[in-house]
Amino acid sequence: MIKKKMIAMLLAGGQGSRLGVLTSEVAKPAVSFGGKYRIIDFPLSNCVNSGVDTVGVLTQYRPLQLNKHIGIGIPWDLDRRVGGVSVLPPYEKTGDTEWYTGTANAIYQNLEFMERYNPDYVLILSGDHIYKMDYEEMLSEHKKKGADVSIASMPVPWEEASRFGIVVTDENRRITAFQEKPKEPKSNLASMGIYIFDWPVLKEALITLKDVPECDFGKHIIPYCFDQQKKLYTYEFTGYWKDVGTLSSYWEANMELVELVPDFNLYEEYWKIYTETDSMLPEYMAPSSSVEKCIIGGGSEIYGTVKHSVLGSNVIVGEGSVIEDSIVMAGAQIGRNVKIRKAIIAENAVIGDGSVLGEGKFAESKLDKRVYCAELVTVAADSVIPAGVSVGLNTAIVGATEASDYPGGRLEDGGFIVKAGEKA
Amino acid sequence: MKALGMILAGGNNRRMRELSSRRAIAAMPMAGSFRAVDFTLSNMSNSGIGTVAVITQYSSRSLDEHLSSSKWWDFGRKQGGLYLLNPTITPENNDWYRGTADAISQNLNFLYKRHEPYVVIAPGDGIYKLDYNDVIDFHSDNDADITVVCKDFPEDADVSRFGVLQTDEKGRILEWEEKPVASPFRTVSTGIYVIRRRLLISLMEQCREMEWTDLVRDVIMRQKNVMNIMAYRLDSYWTNISTVKAYYDANMDFLKDDVRRHFFHEYPSIQTKVDDYAPAKYNTGADVKGSLIANGVIMNGQVTDSILFRKVFVGNGTVIKNSLIFKDSYISDGAVLEYCIVEAGVTIPAGAVHKGTPEKPLIITE
Repeated sequence: MIKKKMIAMLLAGGQGSRLGVLTSEVAKPAVSFGGKYRIIDFPLSNCVNSGVDTVGVLTQYRPLQLNKHIGIGIPWDLDRRVGGVSVLPPYEKTGDTEWYTGTANAIYQNLEFMERYNPDYVLILSGDHIYKMDYEEMLSEHKKKGADVSIASMPVPWEEASRFGIVVTDENRRITAFQEKPKEPKSNLASMGIYIFDWPVLKEALITLKDVPECDFGKHIIPYCFDQQKKLYTYEFTGYWKDVGTLSSYWEANMELVELVPDFNLYEEYWKIYTETDSMLPEYMAPSSSVEKCIIGGGSEIYGTVKHSVLGSNVIVGEGSVIEDSIVMAGAQIGRNVKIRKAIIAENAVIGDGSVLGEGKFAESKLDKRVYCAELVTVAADSVIPAGVSVGLNTAIVGATEASDYPGGRLEDGGFIVKAGEKA
Repeated sequence: MKALGMILAGGNNRRMRELSSRRAIAAMPMAGSFRAVDFTLSNMSNSGIGTVAVITQYSSRSLDEHLSSSKWWDFGRKQGGLYLLNPTITPENNDWYRGTADAISQNLNFLYKRHEPYVVIAPGDGIYKLDYNDVIDFHSDNDADITVVCKDFPEDADVSRFGVLQTDEKGRILEWEEKPVASPFRTVSTGIYVIRRRLLISLMEQCREMEWTDLVRDVIMRQKNVMNIMAYRLDSYWTNISTVKAYYDANMDFLKDDVRRHFFHEYPSIQTKVDDYAPAKYNTGADVKGSLIANGVIMNGQVTDSILFRKVFVGNGTVIKNSLIFKDSYISDGAVLEYCIVEAGVTIPAGAVHKGTPEKPLIITE
């Protein structure tokens, strides 16, 4: 009989709506990061580096890119005879077919998958954070404490604690209370949404709560286990951990990578991050190029100037163009004499010659002021911006736009153009 | 499948000087992230050849490691795939491979067991893109016994390191000279051959019996007046890397837009073993012009007209010009390198100055 010590269930079905047009065509875990990676590479690589060789990836929102990226798991050595990576989309059942309605509901719908591996422990992860973490260490703490459930948490500044789900513990790290976004936090340990369950405890909770609408780990499963007097402990994590759920945090996390010695170092031999590589080519720096404080992906051809930016694979930057403080994802083509400042340009976008992006001053977004508030220009994947136009701050562009979409050759601060696909 | 592939990657070459002391020529680093054999392997894969034998012998550790997984070239198949044919001792034979024909005739079992009608034989050190199906079509259209892929060189070219030949107007090979000091011929053999598998078997059986060891001297030269040996002319980029100068020049060719476009950006692509290095990082002080920079490089200095392979570190105030820096090298602050080839894993101390010349690049091995 198959027997795995610990299997991981990675929740990768969410849209990540606060990333705006970046997730109009891909799920948040499939969004590019750091010039070469996608967000899901971090939890997946953590799994293999921690010795977890069986991972179920639960997909739902726009899974095409994610499916292609994960494939059979070759980049992570998760192409295994027993175990490895399995992509788990929602499926039709006799009777009560439903989408994944909540994080715990999604796991509940895959009880059979977990049963098959007969695990002692189940690790619950989400596919939307940037971090390096040894889950094996968390498991050994879990075992040492004799815990039923372990919740990873990290200390946050006290003044920010009221923005998080807070765990309150005794001196042995046993959890004595939870506070969801408390006005007066009793602790500064924020839950990271990473859980280890004893398999029987998880299974019992999932089955008992199966009829709870939109069943969620934080809102339902954990409180239930707590009420049942289960032993809940916290595992305190003190390394780098970054939520990249908003455009500004996503942009900042990328920009931190270009520091001389970044807090999150991708160049260490230890604890490598693996990915499905878009390009194995070197990049070409033309005689006319100038690059400083940036990361540039393989296969790119740089004829212009790139400063303080993160560029993905196979990006072309034309002569005379200047890119500053920006993220440009794989396959994007930047024409000649283009000026780009504080922009996020998604995959395969094309920017016409002489256009200027990120010029203007703050104005509230007319599309969604909650999402577009960091003075960034956000250009969705496969979009086209014609030559010679000017684009203001807090703007969003989706689709193949033409000169006629820019009255007076300008997209005003806070403006947006959505030409194809879903509105973000 | 119309053909199977045999890559002759066993040779050493003294004209590669110190560079080949660490590895077979086929494993020489190329163009920032490749090894020489990637070009032939990718051509075979891209031509739909599903079964390829790589014949290795000389210093094959680095080559074996590169080929340890065949999945990068899509050869990780249940049917066919990649075979490494190292010399082995058998009750009948305890010799190393004594030549190209000997290497094939010692592996006749590989040929007996297959069923493909054609065999494509290619060396592991050619840098080119070619759909071998075009050569096979040419071969059958011309009722050839053996087809040799050739490249016409300009009048003023030095051909003394090649096999050169003369053909009639239809392309049949009439004369062949091997590495002539001087020759009127300007058509160079690339060492790529197409031949029917059954004919190759019978020729190799004969070689084994007669103890003939060389494919060119003992087969092609001897048979050229009897057999229909045809020259297929390749008109796109081709070079091989049989001398330090040729190797250096072949790499530097990738800094030219047309060569880079041909190999990097035109379909189909050349594949290599994937690494897990982060993308290259350029810090304050980086000043890079006209150069190829591979993954994992951390750049703090000035680099012009050079190729940096994977995971090279370039310190502050360094000046690197017209050089090849192999993977994992560490160029300390203030070092100056011109016309150098820096071996893999070498640390250049701070402030060191090394200069070679375009004609004789300086090889730094420690």
